[in-house]
Amino acid sequence: MHLNTYNAIHMKIKTNIALSESGFIFNPNTGESFSLNPSGQLLFTMIREGKDFAKIREYFLKHYEVDDSIFEKDFEDFTHLMNAYQMTEPDEQA
Amino acid sequence: MSRRKITVAVTALNAIDSPGPGVPVIRGLKEAKTFDARIIGLAYESLEPGIYMKDLVDKVYQVPYPSAGIESLMARLEYIHSRENIDVIIPNFDAEMFPYIRLEERLKSMGIHMLLPTESQFEERHKINLPEFGKKYNIKVPESKAIYSPDEIFKNGHEIQFPLLVKGKFYDAYVAFSAEQAREYFHKISSKWGLPIILQQYVKGIEYNVIGLGDGKGNRIAAVPIRKQYITDKGKAWGGISVGDENMLKLTDHFIKSTKWRGPFELELMKDEKNDFSLLEINPRIPAWVYLAVGVGQNIPEAIVQLAVGEKIKPYESYEIGKMFIRYSWDMIVDLKDYQQISAYGEL
Repeated sequence: MHLNTYNAIHMKIKTNIALSESGFIFNPNTGESFSLNPSGQLLFTMIREGKDFAKIREYFLKHYEVDDSIFEKDFEDFTHLMNAYQMTEPDEQA
Repeated sequence: MSRRKITVAVTALNAIDSPGPGVPVIRGLKEAKTFDARIIGLAYESLEPGIYMKDLVDKVYQVPYPSAGIESLMARLEYIHSRENIDVIIPNFDAEMFPYIRLEERLKSMGIHMLLPTESQFEERHKINLPEFGKKYNIKVPESKAIYSPDEIFKNGHEIQFPLLVKGKFYDAYVAFSAEQAREYFHKISSKWGLPIILQQYVKGIEYNVIGLGDGKGNRIAAVPIRKQYITDKGKAWGGISVGDENMLKLTDHFIKSTKWRGPFELELMKDEKNDFSLLEINPRIPAWVYLAVGVGQNIPEAIVQLAVGEKIKPYESYEIGKMFIRYSWDMIVDLKDYQQISAYGEL
């Protein structure tokens, strides 16, 4: 199993991080805010719902014009940024 | 039933690119729930905007600059008190804290109350003494050193690496990337604010601030941390957002408990890439963004007045996270007669 895949499975978004309908995220701990595009919003929501990497990948490959390697890279970038911006629980970031 | 009236004198009515906290302090006082505030503005210059804000300020008096000495200030305050019967003074400039601390007992004997740090609290948190302060209270602070001559910049080399901050003892700070730049800033700042100049290790990161209020017994009465969102070239927050970082509140509690800080303060913090906070400065007064604290549920100016007059109050336990302030400048139209009045008579 790829390391990022492992991380994604165990990733938990902090409960106080809110995603608005417009795709706006505010991190109340750091004061940082971000805007997500629709696919980013979907990805965020699926991770928050606790879906594992395999299920998320399956969904994206089915509904978006994206191949496996590009999705995996995008997913890795996304989760890496979420960790970097402290939006995940620290214990799950190993 | 009418509420009790408290007459509060407030300084720092200026609003240039580094605005004074006076006007936002007054806004907080006007929104106090426990008393009606009658506001006496104390101004240094006749063009301080707060002088002309008649919906906020009931009467304004010019006062002498701190450099004129405490006896000049005392004489002026005695005169103003004889006319206005002041209950509380809230000084808001760094440079006037020391004279007011020195006058505290004399003013108290006249019935004028203040909530200020003690002289030793004021001195030990001074920029010049920050390294010792950090060691004493186990708070992470950047390396820094006070210098009295630009030659000391060149001697510095081994202790503090470039880039470094060149800071004035009260105001102003510039990042210097070379000794030549540091020398230029040394002269620029010292010509305005005097000596010493502080060289401080530059810490790369994100700027956070905490406004707080201590009761002098080690208890936190109020604290609101913010992230600076919009910073001017003077390093002042022109926009900020309240955040809920527990580490900043723990650091604030540690500061209040270990120093038994009395009065309002602002902690200037830098969060580095490891998410560690360094304490860059402790300002012994209310910051200009105080109205955000009022807006998120902690009316610090009101609490200052209550504590100053000896009331026991409950500490604020919470605040709204994710509220922003965005500063704005507003052109007032002022009658020349008002300007003439304050300029000629020192009262309006």
